[in-house]
Amino acid sequence: MLTDLPLLNLPLLSLLVWLPILGGIWVLMTAGKDDAVARPIALLISVLVFFLSLLLYIGFDTQTADMQFMEKHAWITTFQIYYHLGVDGISMPLIILTTFSTVLVILAGWEVIQSKVAQYLAAFLFMEGLMIGVFAALDAMLFYVLWEAMLVPMFVIIGIWGGARRIYATIKFFLYTFLGSVLMLVALLYLYSQADSFAILDFHKLIIPLDIQKFIFLAFFAAFAVKVPMWPVHTWLPDAHVEAPTGGSVILAAIMLKLGAYGFLRFSLPITPDASRELDWFIIGLSLIAVVYIGFVALMQQDMKKLIAYSSISHMGFVTLGFFIAFKILANPDLTNEAAMTTATMGIEGGIVQMISHGFISGALFLCVGVLYDRLHSRQIADYGGVANVMPRFALFAVLFGMANSGLPATSGFVGEFLVILSSFQANFWIAFLAAMTLILGAAYTLWMIKRVIFGKIGNDKVATLTDINARETFFLTVLAIAVLFFGLYPAPLLDVMHTTVQNLLVHIAQSKVI
Amino acid sequence: MKNIYLIIVLAPLLGAIIAGLFNVSRRVAHTVTIGAVGISFLLSLVVFKHIILEGNPAFNEILYTWLTIGNGSFSLPFEVGFLVDSLTAIMMLVVTFVSLMVHIYTVGYMHDDPGYQRFFSYISLFTFSMLMLVMSNNFLQLFFGWEAVGLVSYLLIGFWYTRETAIYANLKAFLVNRVGDFGFLLGIAMVLMYFGSLNYTEVFGYVQQNEELVQNATINLIPGYQWSIMTVTCILLFIGAMGKSAQVPLHVWLPDSMEGPTPISALIHAATMVTAGIFMVARMSPLFELSETALSFVLVIGAITALFMGFLGLVQNDIKRVVAYSTLSQLGYMTVALGASAYAAGIFHLFTHAFFKALLFLAAGAVIIAMHHEQDIRKMGGLKKYMPITYWVSLIGTLALIGAPPFAGFFSKDAIIHAVAHSDRIGANFAYFAVLFGVFITALYSFRLFFLVFHGKERMDEHTRHHITGTPKVVWIPLVALAIPSVLAGMFAIGPMLYGNLFDGAIFVEHSHQAFHADDYHGWFFFMLHGFMQLPLWFAAAGVGVAYYLYMKEPDLPELIKGRFDTTYSILIDKYGFDRFNDWFFAGGSRNIGTKLWQSGDVKWIDGVFVNGSANLVGWFSSTVRYVQTGFLYHYAFAMILGLAVLLALFVF
Repeated sequence: MLTDLPLLNLPLLSLLVWLPILGGIWVLMTAGKDDAVARPIALLISVLVFFLSLLLYIGFDTQTADMQFMEKHAWITTFQIYYHLGVDGISMPLIILTTFSTVLVILAGWEVIQSKVAQYLAAFLFMEGLMIGVFAALDAMLFYVLWEAMLVPMFVIIGIWGGARRIYATIKFFLYTFLGSVLMLVALLYLYSQADSFAILDFHKLIIPLDIQKFIFLAFFAAFAVKVPMWPVHTWLPDAHVEAPTGGSVILAAIMLKLGAYGFLRFSLPITPDASRELDWFIIGLSLIAVVYIGFVALMQQDMKKLIAYSSISHMGFVTLGFFIAFKILANPDLTNEAAMTTATMGIEGGIVQMISHGFISGALFLCVGVLYDRLHSRQIADYGGVANVMPRFALFAVLFGMANSGLPATSGFVGEFLVILSSFQANFWIAFLAAMTLILGAAYTLWMIKRVIFGKIGNDKVATLTDINARETFFLTVLAIAVLFFGLYPAPLLDVMHTTVQNLLVHIAQSKVI
Repeated sequence: MKNIYLIIVLAPLLGAIIAGLFNVSRRVAHTVTIGAVGISFLLSLVVFKHIILEGNPAFNEILYTWLTIGNGSFSLPFEVGFLVDSLTAIMMLVVTFVSLMVHIYTVGYMHDDPGYQRFFSYISLFTFSMLMLVMSNNFLQLFFGWEAVGLVSYLLIGFWYTRETAIYANLKAFLVNRVGDFGFLLGIAMVLMYFGSLNYTEVFGYVQQNEELVQNATINLIPGYQWSIMTVTCILLFIGAMGKSAQVPLHVWLPDSMEGPTPISALIHAATMVTAGIFMVARMSPLFELSETALSFVLVIGAITALFMGFLGLVQNDIKRVVAYSTLSQLGYMTVALGASAYAAGIFHLFTHAFFKALLFLAAGAVIIAMHHEQDIRKMGGLKKYMPITYWVSLIGTLALIGAPPFAGFFSKDAIIHAVAHSDRIGANFAYFAVLFGVFITALYSFRLFFLVFHGKERMDEHTRHHITGTPKVVWIPLVALAIPSVLAGMFAIGPMLYGNLFDGAIFVEHSHQAFHADDYHGWFFFMLHGFMQLPLWFAAAGVGVAYYLYMKEPDLPELIKGRFDTTYSILIDKYGFDRFNDWFFAGGSRNIGTKLWQSGDVKWIDGVFVNGSANLVGWFSSTVRYVQTGFLYHYAFAMILGLAVLLALFVF
């Protein structure tokens, strides 16, 4: 049996957090010597971490909603702050997504990054460790520290290897996210004062009056909505993406945005279920604005990265919609208890699937733009045209990922949107109606871009000189293509790990916390 | 049988993968894909024998669970599986047969094209997708097949991706179809909500058991109005069919789809994919039967399409576009049949139409190759003597299309008109008029095309005339193979399909909606004789007569008429303004909204006012407050004293 592997007895989560960080330090020590050393070391570490993270999947018990692979050590005893790690069916897939994306990002920067290679790779390894830490943290202080620490490598990545307006973008990015998380800190301190503990699971048990719940909800909202990002606090994302190097964009879109959504599931829903129920219309409204408004905005973008950034915001709208539609479904008097619980589960699980899928697809699209940018040093749609003539292999991938972004069935992009639309329908026809607009808008902005960039006659002399993707680029695009198609054709393994956790969460939030 | 079904579906997929991804030679590409589709076709014949000739019960099994929502008592599985009954068996036969013919034809047609392997890969992928669609036993897989055929259609319309018109047409086709899918997906969501499952058997079973309940249940879409859930569900599902089967007003993509190579116009945009909507509604007959309103809606949309798209065929000069408008019109006929509860007649027409329309398209393709890619019928004429085989098969196809006995189209079209005549549904009178007059129009534009291409003066230039090429074997064999069922399919199929019990269990019709009664039927020959005493046949004859007079006898007359009816002509040439309106309202409108929301919403308000504004505010505040820190001790002392005074005042009062 695989579950008897002795490896599973290792402190896996600590390894996943610290191995990349220590590896990053190792890579950093090679700085200034030979870049040829830094790359293989970084790759080796990221691959090792990826395989280690697969052990989480192998050893995961899908029958329990309890935290697994738990580790708990005293850290700052005066304030009952612990080094406390553990995963459930929600965080485990996200950790694997993180380790998976990091490998691709290191490959993607292989020949492209030529200045300060070691520092670049180290920054991504640090980031990997910190992000895994955020997903695994069960202590609120540990969570907060890692959450803020994570900004530093990203700040550096954009600020050093970024484009022309990188300083504006980094400061905007930093201020937006930092201001949001400060409010979260206040909420966490309040919760500590009530629970006399920083354990997140203890926060879940707190009985809190509705008014205070609302304040806490809004404080968390400030932190998480910025990260997701939700309209109207989304404008940092297009700027950050445009200026970030390809790898930075991939991590930003594939993982960092998910942290906000993860925060809603880990903090907002279970700690303030009544406020969430009271304010569900607010989040649902913003999510629908993300789908429709941002969909229209994406349509008009001239810059490929901006277009994908807006597309990300629009797709993340489905995540928050799926989470909060659960409250509307549970409150729908027309549904039997059984139907309501099932379809509310569908909404939340659909949202989580959308998180994972968006990780693959947006990552893939940013990598595709990166492939073009490395050759022509332009992200403007108008500078391309007829790329399929000179890069047929690349065109195949671009069309595949474009279709996945349009939510075509048999790609992972379909699964989450489909489930969220089906469950929204159970709450209200018009919510589903607006959400389903993505079928048209998503296809419009994605395929219009594909048309202008990939198809047509060769746009200009520069395009004529393009060379098709090399083995390295083919490799990482193929890996993503397999992931996108596999989870489109057979998403069951992904969903099966989360059922118990999600249903436990639903039972929890269905009960009022107000006495 | 399960393995046979799996092979039927997977063989073309495998062929597509080999031809598309493995950089194989041309020879390997066409051998593998033709072989794979050939296997599918042969096995579909086995299935046809098994289900239809031997009357074995339908196959309904689950292949694998795509995903499950939740677990324990709160769980809902989504599965992938096959349902093969008589309806499916017929569709499988049509799809694999036409696909095989098109594969063979392509060897000749795409002979010089650099994208040869890619083309074979696409059409095999299409065959796989279409089979998944028709063999599905649930709404999820139906939607998968639905979108997958849409994807391949997109890829094939834009096959010559350097042509601006082609990549405009494929984007348009995909987006218009997405509008239909938008309704379709909401319809599926509604099915899940009210009937608790996405599996056909469970949904239809639930509906039949709770007929009273579902017919009285209502949904409140706009406050104050209660709508029957059956009506809303069926109309939403039908919106999907309107996209795929190109019904007005979602028909606009089909004429433009002619930008794709001709073989796919035959396979996808005439014989199979565009009939998916018809198939879907027939499959959902247990739902549609419960809503008179939805059926009336279907009936009227179909009638409008049948008649008004026929008119457009009259003024087109591109050989493929004439056939395309004829396809639109014939799809309208099928839809009318559905709306009149004559689902079997709709499927019957789908069946015969697949053969003769594929034949007409492939023949048009043969003409186009012979003319060196000239598609304008004004530059053709007298081609009869250069390409006799094509001439004769085109004649067969045209006669079948206009419904001349005893060709296939006669039986199916007459059946539809018969069914509409017997329907008392709202809109049936209009529909009857539309389909009857449509017969005249069909005959007129069909023979206009026929005469202009094959008869009369040779209007091509000298150079072209000298280089008119003969038809190679790989091109004419499929033509002849399609001509045979275009003649025979009607007479053999009418009995079992309309008057027999072939579709029992697959198609459900309320007893009072039945238009065909076994007692009235005395064999196809009598049906044909009966046809001579009916209006449609004489309308068709009149159409042929007028076409003969206008284009053979008095070839100058059409120009004269055109001048006389200038307004009418320009409306027809303008295609009733649908394209202009869509470009202005939907495309232009969306771009405008997008620009407004971006420039004023994001850039001006959120970034300009709030983000940069708050930054400026901080900057302004700091720079103002800065003046307080002067560095002079007496300023600070003054401020302290002032503060002390204020505090004192607060304490005292």
